[in-house]
Amino acid sequence: MSRPEDNLPPDLFYNDTESRKYTTSSRIQSIQATMTNRALELLDLQSSSLILDIGCGSGLSGEILSECDPPHTWIGMDISPSMLAVALDREVDGDLLLGDMGQGLPFRAGTFDAAISISAIQWLCNEDEKGVDPKLRLSRFFDGLYACLKRDGKAVCQFYPRDDKQRDMICSAAIRAGFGAGLLEDDPETKNKKLYLVLTVGGEGNKDITGVVQGMEGVDVYDTRKKLAEKKMAEAKKGTKAWIMKKKEQDRRKGKVVKADSKYTGRKRGIKF
Amino acid sequence: MKLLTANFLSCAVKSCKSSPAAFPLHFRDAELASTSVPYNPVLLTNLLPRLDWPALVTSSKELGFTLPDSKPTFPALTRPSDGGEVTPALGEEQETALRTLHRVLMETEVVEGKMVCGSCGFEYGIHQSVANFLLPSHLV
Repeated sequence: MSRPEDNLPPDLFYNDTESRKYTTSSRIQSIQATMTNRALELLDLQSSSLILDIGCGSGLSGEILSECDPPHTWIGMDISPSMLAVALDREVDGDLLLGDMGQGLPFRAGTFDAAISISAIQWLCNEDEKGVDPKLRLSRFFDGLYACLKRDGKAVCQFYPRDDKQRDMICSAAIRAGFGAGLLEDDPETKNKKLYLVLTVGGEGNKDITGVVQGMEGVDVYDTRKKLAEKKMAEAKKGTKAWIMKKKEQDRRKGKVVKADSKYTGRKRGIKF
Repeated sequence: MKLLTANFLSCAVKSCKSSPAAFPLHFRDAELASTSVPYNPVLLTNLLPRLDWPALVTSSKELGFTLPDSKPTFPALTRPSDGGEVTPALGEEQETALRTLHRVLMETEVVEGKMVCGSCGFEYGIHQSVANFLLPSHLV
């Protein structure tokens, strides 16, 4: 399957013809609609909010934001002028900006209640020209996003990573920016699998992804943090007998001279007087 | 470019990040248009605490509006989930103030023109009400 990301940078790939094709395709329209609705469900917004749509394109996702109940106001940002032109033709409600998310986001701190991004952030991993560092672009993007969301705000980014390496690169960049991050995978192991990166900005009572999906049907939670914590717990505490035995074993393997184990190894010395 | 959006935008140039003059961006040669947007009082009261009022007064002055010098205050409005009336009900004076805000923030659009950073002087063009925030790579 060919990936548009492998062909050209986004501003050139989505030219006039490609943008029109993208927007008029009923298949893409329905997929975009499903993903936007899923993202909204994850955001779980109670009242009308101000939402940032990163990589809004022709406003397929924005349209759903303004039509849902309660209606949200959105600001869209995209790098392709042709896509924005199509959005203007379609008279979308949101305000549009031409901008590159890899250059950071030009918003004041604490502007948005929430942010969504549908099929966009994988473009940040591209290395289109010399001197472009995907890691730097990712960190600029996530730092900017972290800053412009208000406290206890949330962001949901649906994306298509090329492979696991790319997925991990995006996730770790998000975590480094300070987000509580988690991945939600819809239809796993199928051709139609969709990945959602759910980002939360710390705040009182704000739940991370495990809280977000709580009460949703058909969601299995794999918490790697728990595994990491367990692993840490399982590690021997310094100074205990198990720890001393481990160290001795390590030294033995290194070929050092190590005293033989006995029943006295790792025992406390008795009080002298 | 709605005035609402303009109130949230600051200069994207790296050296301007810490400069107070980088916000708000100043309008030049602005051509205005008015679009009709459904009135949403809940959203407005939700947004109001986040607005930078002095900046809004400055930019609306540049576009030829006058707003009161101090930020009006409204109670936090909520709409019941069954789509009923907004609570608590506003007095007539507050209602008109909120409607004025709605007209300025949501319905006034800058269609053509420029936004200029007060600190580095970088010009962001606005064309067909879409602002261009692409930076040349040496300014990122």
